[in-house]
Amino acid sequence: MSQLRPADPLQLSEAIAQCALRRETVELVAGGSKRGYGRPVNAAHRLDLSAFAGIRLYEPEELVLTAGAATELGKIETELAGARQHLAFEPPDWRHLWRSKAAPTLGGAIACNLSGPRRLRDGAARDHHLGFQAVSGRGESFKSGGRVVKNVTGYDLSKLIAGSFGTLAAVTEITVKTVPAPEETATLLLKGLGDSAAQAAMTAALAGPYEVSGAAHLPGERLTLLRLEGHAPSVTARRDALVALLAGFGAIESVDNDTSLVHWRQVRDAMPFANLPEHAIWRVSVAPSAGPPLVAALSPELDFQHFYDWAGGLVWLAVAGSDDGGAAAIRAALPENSGHATLLRAGEALRERVAVFQPLPGALATLSARVKATFDPAGILNPGRMYKDV
Amino acid sequence: MLMPAPDQATIARRRDIATDLRRIVPSEAVIEGETGRRVYESDGLTAYRQPPLLAVLPETTDQVAAILRYCFRHRIKVVPRGAGTSLSGGALPLADGVLLGMAKFNHIREIDLANRCVVAEPGVTNLSISNAVSDAGFFYAPDPSSQIACTIGGNVAENSGGVHCLKYGLTTNNVLGIELVTIEGDIVRLGAKGLDSGGYDLLGVVTGSEGLLGVVTEVTVRILPKPAAARAMLVGFPASEHAGSCVAAIIAAGIIPGGMEMMDKAAINAAEDFVAAGYPRDAGALLIIELDGPPAEIAHLLERVESIARANGADSVRVSSNEAERLLFWAGRKAAFPAVGRISPDYYCVDGTIPRKKLSLVLTRMNELSATIGLRVANVFHAGDGNLHPLILYDANKPGELERAEQLGAEILRLCVAVGGVLTGEHGVGVEKRDLMTTMFSDADLNQQMRLKCAFDAEGLLNPGKVFPQLRRCAELGRLHVHHGETPFPELERF
Ligand SMILES: Cc1cc2nc3c(=O)[nH]c(=O)nc-3n(C[C@H](O)[C@H](O)[C@H](O)COP(=O)(O)OP(=O)(O)OC[C@H]3O[C@@H](n4cnc5c(N)ncnc54)[C@H](O)[C@@H]3O)c2cc1C
Repeated sequence: MSQLRPADPLQLSEAIAQCALRRETVELVAGGSKRGYGRPVNAAHRLDLSAFAGIRLYEPEELVLTAGAATELGKIETELAGARQHLAFEPPDWRHLWRSKAAPTLGGAIACNLSGPRRLRDGAARDHHLGFQAVSGRGESFKSGGRVVKNVTGYDLSKLIAGSFGTLAAVTEITVKTVPAPEETATLLLKGLGDSAAQAAMTAALAGPYEVSGAAHLPGERLTLLRLEGHAPSVTARRDALVALLAGFGAIESVDNDTSLVHWRQVRDAMPFANLPEHAIWRVSVAPSAGPPLVAALSPELDFQHFYDWAGGLVWLAVAGSDDGGAAAIRAALPENSGHATLLRAGEALRERVAVFQPLPGALATLSARVKATFDPAGILNPGRMYKDV
Repeated sequence: MLMPAPDQATIARRRDIATDLRRIVPSEAVIEGETGRRVYESDGLTAYRQPPLLAVLPETTDQVAAILRYCFRHRIKVVPRGAGTSLSGGALPLADGVLLGMAKFNHIREIDLANRCVVAEPGVTNLSISNAVSDAGFFYAPDPSSQIACTIGGNVAENSGGVHCLKYGLTTNNVLGIELVTIEGDIVRLGAKGLDSGGYDLLGVVTGSEGLLGVVTEVTVRILPKPAAARAMLVGFPASEHAGSCVAAIIAAGIIPGGMEMMDKAAINAAEDFVAAGYPRDAGALLIIELDGPPAEIAHLLERVESIARANGADSVRVSSNEAERLLFWAGRKAAFPAVGRISPDYYCVDGTIPRKKLSLVLTRMNELSATIGLRVANVFHAGDGNLHPLILYDANKPGELERAEQLGAEILRLCVAVGGVLTGEHGVGVEKRDLMTTMFSDADLNQQMRLKCAFDAEGLLNPGKVFPQLRRCAELGRLHVHHGETPFPELERF
């Protein structure tokens, strides 16, 4: 494998154009922290995008930041914190799952459409991605979107690029929406609930005007967490109202800002699975009420552990007892016509063998393949990273 | 505005096409007669009119699929239509195209409170979704001013916004899933009741695609609990610059109001004449700021916002004391278009977005342009997110005025792009801004967008003549042109 490190967009488009001409495949890498996410890519070249780094524009009062795609997320978060802002999609740090030490980048967060517990209220990376500059698999530089939130000029390619795992274009510059960070965070801890009761409590909390920005349940500790964020007087008022509402669910403890941040970092980063190095780890997205029934339908022979985020709509599974990492059983347990099971962490051999992303039904698979071909007709960018032949 | 030349052979076959379509839908659901077709001749952009070849009103997904399959096979163009309130001519018919009216898809299929979503047919109006869940304490957040009339399918196609989008997001942030029928008649589901599906985010692309990629036959939206309380404040400023810096200061203080709208003197007075909302007539600019949440939060933020406003030169502040008054404050803003309609025979609504800090520059330039071209402008403005709605006043009966209004609109949009903004914040490109797309996008940018269109509709049958200034054949766009560069990448050469 050869290493290419283009220094500017012109060299990047030249490199990709050459590869397209020769039909030689390339793997796109910025920080490299998420190389274990997706199907393994065996490409002729590795295209190192690390030169496209640096914050180009940050205007807190305009809620906008533009940076090179390879800018370290940590740098961006520090910069934002300086203006008491943050990335509301709460990009998780899953490096411990892949045993990676590389620094995550903004481009990686967008390419993988990351989202944390706040997805429930504020959306995923896609919802905060305003615009970008990129080089397509044709070697053509193009842009889409802009630097303003309200923009319906042309197709919203920012959404498409988010979650495309580098299979459509090499992104060089990204503009994201920034958001004021909450002044105060409080968390209610409900203790001793089983999965269904926890789901009922989370649903009740989300049905009222409490602006819950995180709802998770950890079955191991029988701990249900509800997060409230915002201006201090608001958090206090909503916390008190919510404690009263949920009194029937048993013991409730309320924890302060600093303890809350620790708890939610643990949920965000999947820390309950931190010491399961051999398990296959899944994120399963379903309608929230379908979460507990999905888990109940799985056979104990899978030898799995689980926890819930997004009020039950995100089921985290760590599976030990199965040759396919539990793929067939989990996908069979999904509600009909809906639900997506993504194999977030597994050894290379398993990721080669089973579908890492939820297989798409016929017409949708065809459409997705056609979309890929419009950006990358020679099929050279991150081949097979998402689907076997795409 | 030049539309693709109609295909006379198709027009000549109107009768046969109608007969064929009557095999798919009941006879009365195919509208062939002159008067019946005229009903659909324009949308909210009334300057453009064109009766369709014929109109067809399906009521099931299977009928939509059969109609599209038929049109695909016979290479007949199709224009989808919801309520026809588009302000950019997105639903403008074609003389040789079938108008696919989605009005009969008007049922809410499911209210799923446990999963906080509603499944609706695309012809359901925006407001009726909120109404359907109101008693249960929920609402659907994106609230275009046209919400009594416009459909959720049209909202998805335009990625519509509203005054509450600053805090709660646009249509695209509130749609969980859709059912889409492609021009080839395939039925695909994008998204569902869960958050985040794997695979390419085609849901995100179809949202805002102006009916060019497929026909939406079902929409699943997320609903939110209604805030415990809401209060609005009217803040008057001597001039727009002060109001603009106040908006920036509020956001810089970490406050995102539920809504933050601005009106200039002309708009304030037009609205005040129309609804008597109690707006300060002598103010140079007015901000309507809504704060929602628990009463404790509102009280806290009202105080902070008021002191920020005073520090930025506000000379009047009024806070709504009850729900009726809050709604009255909004009534003036929501009726701004018809109010302006009363002071001028016609008005033309422009929709650009700018980085907010460029506001006073843009308003100054806009006044100059307005003076040069000789037409007055009233401004309403989604101030929180920089989305301008200059309303250009003109009289269509005076020869040349419409053209001058359009010229002024185009100049204003060029100005928006020049200061780092965009051509359209929420009304869409349609036919109206089609020819301005090149001010914002290069050939390469537009080619990539048109290629995406090819992935969904290789024959260019869905809503042609909209969005893209120049139609290019998919075969030509798809070709991989790799020009051999002068300076090949050294590592690659060595390899
Ligand atoms: C007085 C007034 C105020 C307005 N205020 C706002 C506002 O505050 N914010 C805002 O964003 N907009 C506003 N609009 C614009 C307009 O109401 C929106 O764009 C709305 O979403 C259009 O919905 P509709 O059902 O009328 O769609 P139509 O006008 O019928 O169609 C709009 C586009 O959507 C396509 N389309 C419609 N239905 C479907 C479907 N089922 N499948 C695929 N494509 C489809 C059409 O082809 C067309 O391109 C306003 C309009 C008026 C007249």
